[in-house]
Amino acid sequence: MSRTFLGMPPFPAAAREALADPQLRSNLAHATTTIRAKRAAVVAEVDDWESLRLRAAAIKDDVLLHLDEHLLRLEESLTARGAVVHWARTAEEASAVVAEVARAHGVDEVVKVKSMATQEVELNEHLAAQGISAWETDLAELIVQLGDDLPSHILVPAIHRNRAEIRAIFEREMGRVGRPAPDDLTDDPARLAEAARLHLREKFLRAKVGVSGANFAVADSGTLVVVESEGNGRMCLTLPEVLVSVVGIEKVVPSWTDLDVFLTLLPRSSTGERMNPYTSTWSGVTPGDGPQEVHVVLLDNGRSRALADEVGRQALRCIRCSACLNVCPVYERTGGHAYGSVYPGPIGAILNPLLKGVGHDEQTDSLPYASTLCGACFEACPVRIDIPSVLVDLRAQVVDAHRSGVPGPEALAMRAAAATFGSGRRLAAAERASALAGRAIDAVARITHRDRRVGGRRLIGRLPGPGAGWTDARDLPTPPEESFRAWWKRTDGGAR
Amino acid sequence: MRVALMVTCINDAMFPDVGKAVVTVFRRLGVDVDFPADQTCCGQPMVNTGYLDEAVPLVRTFVRAFEGYDAVVTPSGSCAGSARHQHAIVAGRSGDAGLATAVAEISPRVHELSEFLVDVLGVEDVGASFPHSVTYHPTCHSLRMLGVGDRPERLLRAVRGLRLIELPRAEECCGFGGTFAMKNADTSVAMGADKARHVRETGAEVLVAGDSSCLMHVGGLLTRQRAGVRVMHLAEVLASTGGAGTGGRR
Repeated sequence: MSRTFLGMPPFPAAAREALADPQLRSNLAHATTTIRAKRAAVVAEVDDWESLRLRAAAIKDDVLLHLDEHLLRLEESLTARGAVVHWARTAEEASAVVAEVARAHGVDEVVKVKSMATQEVELNEHLAAQGISAWETDLAELIVQLGDDLPSHILVPAIHRNRAEIRAIFEREMGRVGRPAPDDLTDDPARLAEAARLHLREKFLRAKVGVSGANFAVADSGTLVVVESEGNGRMCLTLPEVLVSVVGIEKVVPSWTDLDVFLTLLPRSSTGERMNPYTSTWSGVTPGDGPQEVHVVLLDNGRSRALADEVGRQALRCIRCSACLNVCPVYERTGGHAYGSVYPGPIGAILNPLLKGVGHDEQTDSLPYASTLCGACFEACPVRIDIPSVLVDLRAQVVDAHRSGVPGPEALAMRAAAATFGSGRRLAAAERASALAGRAIDAVARITHRDRRVGGRRLIGRLPGPGAGWTDARDLPTPPEESFRAWWKRTDGGAR
Repeated sequence: MRVALMVTCINDAMFPDVGKAVVTVFRRLGVDVDFPADQTCCGQPMVNTGYLDEAVPLVRTFVRAFEGYDAVVTPSGSCAGSARHQHAIVAGRSGDAGLATAVAEISPRVHELSEFLVDVLGVEDVGASFPHSVTYHPTCHSLRMLGVGDRPERLLRAVRGLRLIELPRAEECCGFGGTFAMKNADTSVAMGADKARHVRETGAEVLVAGDSSCLMHVGGLLTRQRAGVRVMHLAEVLASTGGAGTGGRR
């Protein structure tokens, strides 16, 4: 079946590999540049964008503050409308519910609407282990699934693939799991979409059980909402007899009035559209219309842990729009796989550590450092998640989690720096030592004829040891003969 | 008004000409400036790497150095951002209510250089002359954390002889990111290489920014490429009064 993110290396190593892939770099640069421009244009059209962001953040914060009450209200409304509500603490519990429903109906396959929650719990792999095939029907998820690949973007999981690669995957893989790609397939987008339609149509018409997530769950009416572009979701939500939806507990909104705010923010932030093509809503079972058996799995899987984090809980406002990925200069260059999770990019760098906790594995602990703290994500986020502040707080949590062990080189360097910077006098002494080192480097440079100056300042070419991290690709000026503070003292602030 | 120069540790130890340039500009504008010798580092490298306890003594030193001044001016968007937005976090961590109070008093009085010149002194023309083509990179923390807007460009446009060329994708991060530059060196260099390419595309002689750290990163890439583009801090350009061939000490 498909691969999982298990065993991925920490971010710096995974990023190094991605950065060396010219096809990936080119695909990502093209895709993110296009989507950024589209988003900027449609966001600029909305006069009160900032106040909408503030409202959305306030609604979500209020929901999170009274999450227990909203969830019970949601359960009550759903049950009254004929849905069966399940509570899942973990990924395993959520997957077990879906498998049980499929078994109860004697099926060995389900069709899926694109959903982050089911990716997060690795539902497809759990089902496969029990002999149940889960068919992804979103075009991009289909590309990822057929290619035995991993998603690299929340909204556009195959963003790392271009048309030629997709055509090759369709030609090679479609026939193995269903209707093969047409013999004369080209990499024309319309032809690729047609091949996917023909392939998927068989699965839609055959499947008895559909599986989805939900973008929102409206508590007072017991309504689940799925926002999508292709219509495949609508097929899965309406054709099968049975529907199971796995929904993160943070997806609840109190009312349709609140929903309105998010339906304005989401499409503009994610696809750069004023309105998405398909918005499906359903409230339990409607006799004679759509699935006649409806299950809703309310998923925790670390959300309670994130909720307990005073700084980090704002990450639970996230509506999975992926605007932060598209504007992130790190994501644009490394792509999503480097983050080792179905949640990549800036939101992934905070959400994964918040859901899993830090101090347990190196990969998760590397994520809060996968950012320059440039702040582009915070600026773009429609629910005003202050990602840089959460990143900084999580870095402190990572460091604190390792304080009891033997200090590493970084911790020792930080302690030494803290001592040096503890007083102006100690810093002045360190600067005198650094000027001496600078003179020594100058002398060596002259002897070895590696003497290079720019604007009168000698440059250090390459340093050994930890300094190589800087000088492998960047010059570094030698320390000056005289520090600013020494100059100030000598000249009385330039007066002499 | 008692004005203190917060020169920043990187300018003090590595780029003293930036501090001297601020002094030159202030003297030209008739502003009396002190350099409290107790000052060291704002603590940002520790805070942004997760070492909050290690930042506590630095914030104490900062408070000791700068309390009592009406304005603390720094040629760095990043260090101004650290003092204004992060010192409160560190003070909170220390559990010292006195430190938290002192930080709350000083933080709002910390100004990045272009903010101080434009907003506090009400000056855009500082009497500089720099007959060169220049492109300006707005550093992330000055742009998005402080919101300095177009103040640096307004100052640059008033410099005699200076030709300002727009930098493509100017608002994108250069990839420095403090310890990110070392911990994620590959990604940092990939970002910096694109920034350097955009700088070279402008054909400008000089890349100007308001943070020496970002300039050390992009400048280090540019000299490694033998690009023949020099980097200068905004303060150094504003201090210049000479003709062609002046300036550019890095």
